[in-house]
Amino acid sequence: MQVNEAFTPTIVAFCCNWCSYAGADLSGNNRLSYPANVKIIRIPCSCRLNPMFVLRAFQRGADGVILCGCHPGDCHYSTGNYYARRRMTLLFSMLDYLGIERERTRVEWVSAAEGAKFAQTMNEFVETVTALGENRRLEDFRCKVR
Amino acid sequence: MQGQIKEKAIALLRSGAADRVLGWKLGEFFYDLTPAVFRTPEEVERDFVFSVFSGPNLSKYLIEESKKEGRVAAFLKPCDSYSFVQLQKEHRIARENVYAVGVACDGMCDMKSIRAHGVKGVLSARQEGDKLLLETLYGPAEMDKRDALPERCLHCKSKKVVDFDEMMGENGTECPDCGRFDEVERLEALSAQERFDFWRGHFSRCIRCNACRNVCPACSCVKCVFDNPDSGVAQKAAASDFEENNFHIIRAYHVAGRCTDCGECSRVCPESIPLHLLNRKFIKDMNELYGAYQAGADFDSCPPIMDFRQDDAEPSVIYARGGDRA
Repeated sequence: MQVNEAFTPTIVAFCCNWCSYAGADLSGNNRLSYPANVKIIRIPCSCRLNPMFVLRAFQRGADGVILCGCHPGDCHYSTGNYYARRRMTLLFSMLDYLGIERERTRVEWVSAAEGAKFAQTMNEFVETVTALGENRRLEDFRCKVR
Repeated sequence: MQGQIKEKAIALLRSGAADRVLGWKLGEFFYDLTPAVFRTPEEVERDFVFSVFSGPNLSKYLIEESKKEGRVAAFLKPCDSYSFVQLQKEHRIARENVYAVGVACDGMCDMKSIRAHGVKGVLSARQEGDKLLLETLYGPAEMDKRDALPERCLHCKSKKVVDFDEMMGENGTECPDCGRFDEVERLEALSAQERFDFWRGHFSRCIRCNACRNVCPACSCVKCVFDNPDSGVAQKAAASDFEENNFHIIRAYHVAGRCTDCGECSRVCPESIPLHLLNRKFIKDMNELYGAYQAGADFDSCPPIMDFRQDDAEPSVIYARGGDRA
């Protein structure tokens, strides 16, 4: 059996139900490819993303976390993504301050019509994180299956 | 000052202006003062202490005390008064039950700083002008008071008591050029690996005593996330060495926008982890990105994290700020 030795990062993508999750759907319908190691978690709104979810994702072995939401001004709940924008800016800045490379975290606004942008964003992000290598800095090693 | 404050406490109790007095009494050592509630003039006479070591912030105790029957008088230094105002904004303190006595402050000494300057076996300390006169096991000693101050007082953001019913001593002013973000800036300029090593070194000493949480005037939730066994950050024993990393991020994030930067977290840390540097990072970021804001400085400003503007910076702004990245 051939074993794939190359490093494939685990990426957690939190996608808002109304725009980005539909955008991911669209990119699938259009047969656009993005790496299979992107794990999408659907959330009702980008502002549902509790900062602890991001920490938890890293703790459980994610190498990168990306939040996708509706474009500012287009939030299904009017203002959710504005709050999410402030929260994530502060959280990611703090993670960077603690030595978690800032390239491992990202926020991208993807609308339901932007299937191509979704696939492109994911391809870029996976590429960046692959270049950075494994994230061991916030990981809880008990979660590791050996 | 000690004499005046004690007299004031006794007068308030005698006149009935207050039913209880919140102040400080001796702890284990003479430099280890602990917050205490006094009910009678005799108790005040016997136990009340105000000295250069009256650092502990009393505001958090007002959450409980102000909800009891009768009025409580509290002695509030500038730091305490910022927390006092912030807690009022959050509707945690019943203001009508509190008689706030503002106390002017020119820095509260810390035994760690005194020891760091090579003075050992200190038996007592007394301030005279800018000097600190010490009795030690090895005879009398003298040092500049400035040398005995902890980091938080050296970079004091404000000597102004914000909210008070009565002021003892002359009220001070804000100190905008205190340089409290210098250390944060120094860290920001390091590489990611250096920053990680710096914090790894500090956090791995954490014993999860939760003292930083318990002392923090902003950390006043009745049910705390860290007491939830399902949170994954409930105790050190149950988790890996990366768990305390998360604990400190979550703790700092929970008080972001409400932290008045009183520095109590760093004061009580038995492992001397510079926790205030985490809080200051959030304060600095919020000031730079969302406009100047000081928690507890007034009654009507809105904390940045509960607010937004349509033209806020995008999160990608962090890729362009500070540090080693090209």
